[in-house]
Amino acid sequence: MSIKRKPLQFNLNGSDVAVFVNDGDNLLNVLRRGVGDLTPKYGCGQGGCGACTVVIDGQTKLACLVLAETVEGRQVETAASLAGGELDPLQEAFMDHFAAQCGYCTPGMLVAARHLLNENTNPTRGEVVEALSGNLCRCTGYEPIIDAVMDVANGAYSNRRAGGGS
Amino acid sequence: MTVEILTCPDLGQAKRALASDKSARFFGGGTLLMRAVNEGDQEIGKLVKAHEPAMSEIRVSGADITLGASVTMRDVLDRDDLGFLHDAARSVGSPAIRNMATIGGNLFAVSPYGDFATALLALDADVVLADGMRGRAMPLADLLGGRGGADRPIVQAVSFRRPSAGEFRFRKVTRVHPRGAAVVTLAALVPQSGGVVRNSRIAYGGLENRPVRADRVERALDGQRLDEGGIARAVSVAADGFQGRTDSLATDWYRLQVLPVHLKRLLLGDD
Repeated sequence: MSIKRKPLQFNLNGSDVAVFVNDGDNLLNVLRRGVGDLTPKYGCGQGGCGACTVVIDGQTKLACLVLAETVEGRQVETAASLAGGELDPLQEAFMDHFAAQCGYCTPGMLVAARHLLNENTNPTRGEVVEALSGNLCRCTGYEPIIDAVMDVANGAYSNRRAGGGS
Repeated sequence: MTVEILTCPDLGQAKRALASDKSARFFGGGTLLMRAVNEGDQEIGKLVKAHEPAMSEIRVSGADITLGASVTMRDVLDRDDLGFLHDAARSVGSPAIRNMATIGGNLFAVSPYGDFATALLALDADVVLADGMRGRAMPLADLLGGRGGADRPIVQAVSFRRPSAGEFRFRKVTRVHPRGAAVVTLAALVPQSGGVVRNSRIAYGGLENRPVRADRVERALDGQRLDEGGIARAVSVAADGFQGRTDSLATDWYRLQVLPVHLKRLLLGDD
């Protein structure tokens, strides 16, 4: 069996990146070890926890289940897309609501929540729960996270800058 | 990682690649295979991909519906004209999983997964297997029952007829909300004529290793009205002939105990 290294180019959070990947590498490994974006977390490697949630061409996906070479030429967004001069309103709301304790799930939560709010500016609580249903949190009991997203959706942070992401 | 990736220009080459290497697996959405690869499954040595645009198509012609094997659950949810399948598609994983999980992959998911395959089984779907230029059709029930006749077939598409309004019902029972794997999944096609059920098809997922037909229930249901009295005998034989399956979600006993309760609710349209 020959394991090949292949060149891979894609757009990460607005910047073009190029990296060599091994056959069978998943996108999470490439982002963390190849590109150095540590915001997507390795939780389960089984698509069950959502800690590695990213947005690929406008759709949330789980980086641990994405075969890296399939993102050739695509747009990939991680929680690092929220980084900038100011905090995203969701980040502020998460702090205000104590929606992060250990924080391990937080990047995935933020990506999923930002994607929801970019697609649906006025979600119901049920829609927020649905959007975050693939993201596990073992600390908060979820309610602070959902409250934070709802507050942003309801305009409580509307004087803050609009989020990046998808 | 010790997995080789082979990208084939067509399904014929992909089929040959699978036939020549027992460690090769056909790669679709990745939600099943990448889990195994991440775990270091030593039985997987090669992932075979194929460039076949038709596998991503949804074709609706009158009552005839064909879903390419690479169509995702999200693709189904985006189609208003496939509304009768939305509950089944929405029952698969989280939004991110549904953006990746394909129809074809769901056919090969072992319990407690395979909810969409359960729906397709109740719809009497056929699968089109890669075999020559036009492919070869066979009943999904045969594929799920291991009667495919082909060694490690590649599914190109799934086809079935649109049910009339109210004929098709789907219910997934979970212990974790809002998203969880199935304790049991039930799907029913209950056409009615003259006020009674004719040619019903009932399928269970999660109960055995693969989705299965409940033929005793179907026989008990046909000719009966869809009311409490009419379905009583069908409900009484709901678990007949099944062994059940034990996993971390439920024991075989529990699954068999709750099955009639949920079959009754499904048939009566109770939420």
